[in-house]
Amino acid sequence: MASHYEAPIRKPLVLGDKGYHDVSVDIAAPVEGKANKHWWIVFSISLAALLWGIGAIVYTISTGIGTWGLNKTVNWAWDITNFVWWVGIGHAGTLISAVLLLFRQKWRMAINRSAEAMTIFSVIQAGLFPIIHMGRPWLAYWVVPIPNQFGSLWVNFNSPLLWDVFAISTYLSVSLVFWWTGLLPDFGMIRDRAVKPFQKKIYSLVSFGWTGRAKDWQRFEEVSLVLAGLATPLVLSVHTIVSFDFATSVIPGWHTTIFPPYFVAGAIFSGFAMVQTLLIIMRKVCNLEAYITVQHIELMNIVIMITGSIVGCAYITELFIAWYSGVEYEQYAFLNRATGPYWWAYLLMMSCNVVSPQIMWFKKIRTSIMVSFIISIVVNVGMWFERFVIIVSSLHRDYLPSSWTMFSPTFVDIGIFIGTIGFFFVLFLLYARTFPVIAQAEVKSILKSSGERYKSLRAAGKPMYKIRKDGVVRETIMDSEGTLSNTDK
Amino acid sequence: MAETKIHAYYDDDDVLMHAVKKVKAAKHHIEEVYCPFPVHGLDRAMGLAPTRIAITSFMYGCLGLTIAIVMMNYIMIQDWPMNIGGKPSFSYIENMPAFVPIMFEMTVFFAAHLMVITFYLRSKLWPFKEAENPDVRTTDDHFVMEVEVHNNEDELKELLLETGAVELNIIKKRH
Repeated sequence: MASHYEAPIRKPLVLGDKGYHDVSVDIAAPVEGKANKHWWIVFSISLAALLWGIGAIVYTISTGIGTWGLNKTVNWAWDITNFVWWVGIGHAGTLISAVLLLFRQKWRMAINRSAEAMTIFSVIQAGLFPIIHMGRPWLAYWVVPIPNQFGSLWVNFNSPLLWDVFAISTYLSVSLVFWWTGLLPDFGMIRDRAVKPFQKKIYSLVSFGWTGRAKDWQRFEEVSLVLAGLATPLVLSVHTIVSFDFATSVIPGWHTTIFPPYFVAGAIFSGFAMVQTLLIIMRKVCNLEAYITVQHIELMNIVIMITGSIVGCAYITELFIAWYSGVEYEQYAFLNRATGPYWWAYLLMMSCNVVSPQIMWFKKIRTSIMVSFIISIVVNVGMWFERFVIIVSSLHRDYLPSSWTMFSPTFVDIGIFIGTIGFFFVLFLLYARTFPVIAQAEVKSILKSSGERYKSLRAAGKPMYKIRKDGVVRETIMDSEGTLSNTDK
Repeated sequence: MAETKIHAYYDDDDVLMHAVKKVKAAKHHIEEVYCPFPVHGLDRAMGLAPTRIAITSFMYGCLGLTIAIVMMNYIMIQDWPMNIGGKPSFSYIENMPAFVPIMFEMTVFFAAHLMVITFYLRSKLWPFKEAENPDVRTTDDHFVMEVEVHNNEDELKELLLETGAVELNIIKKRH
């Protein structure tokens, strides 16, 4: 609003001479337009990867987990690595929509919708692994404490794997309603613009009859704020619980109290990197450069840099504590990581996660779109290896040297991982064509404080609005059935 | 319901806010305002009561926490107090740390979902619900203020045009 004081140091978040209507047009354009050839090519590749993954999953379930590269010592590897990786990626979405909302960060407005979509889609990928890595996945419903004919026979609430069930299902379902509630005004906008009857019907259905009354908006904002307040501890707790899968064990290299915050920091780190990868492409192909600006990219890079430093700090803490503990098993676990047969994975993790984000200290680098894109991919490779190193290098050599072994994945392990990447992109590509990818209602609410048009008006000392006295008057007759008919215009 | 109502269209949130204040000052009852995005302070200017939805969320959270405690106490301590890995199952408090994650998650689950359901019901939002905004532009860039007319049409029309309405739509009911 005009009355709002905005420090002149703040750079505009919406570039160009954009008014409210321009925002609607720009955001509705990808939904109203047709998919181009490139979309179909990428979609086909993703679909092919998904189908390949489905094949690998069907093969695993029908033949057995023995088709994977696991052995009696290393009985968790790619499955849980991928699970933690996908859950971690999902976390940035909630961070952007919830934590940044609590901190009143206006720059989140342009990226929160896509970040939340990324959360939903990656938690779906993560959710596959706890099922398919079971030896008997058709009995998966036994993890739910439902009364039954075995006495009743219940579950054991001491296990972090059961906490995972509660955490992931709460996280997915709460993220979903948070996302959908935020979508209602935007679906309403597309519904009211739609000219094709089928499109109108679909968007009427998904917008739940959103009308935009003052009372609706008041409740909407309160609900968003409370959900943000609930989602923030939720996102911290979910990855904490995921980290408990390891931290509550007795395995040297796993049994650490630093895991909960360190996993959460890693999750934000990898999640923001994934948002960066997706948005750099999206702003280009959907012509949203005016909304997702270099400033947004820079701010995300700063978050990546900070969380990358937290992760680096955690690595050093682990190493220090291992040395300081005087426990030879613990010391060997870290010696093995650095110099054992998986030294290359440890080196990759260290260089991708600790070194690469540090170059973001240079402004020239963190404002470069090309470098940001490359670093964002490097970070996700590094974070995959972080989980792989933690899981496999701690398992393959622990207490008894007689059970020391190695791990190498089979094509089924790899195929399932590729399948989840394909599934993720299938969902994300469909989303980008059918959903308003930017929360237009929220962007409109910051347009006057952060839009370039209004910022220049304010800088020039010109009024932000004009009270017009030349309104037109028309009359409408409503008959007894409630149908309206215009008499004049 | 009054025979006649006026829909005053505005194309700017600041103009709308001024108009709302003026119309309120002139002692007219504003029936409804339709906005494309949340206009901060509008509810206060219109004199809407604060929403109590956060209070419901707190109560739902308490319910979730209670259900979690009762469930785990019954299952782990009362029904089958087994020794699983040496964990004490003699009383709830002894094994409480292991129950914290689920106590927390269920609190959040109930607080979030039941609040959202409450919001949908109170604001009448559900699939297949017909939208009731008077004009499609109210989800794009126009704001509509709905005021009822009680034998003061001309005076009200003048006031609304004075506040900067870009368009007035006088809706008359025919019997």
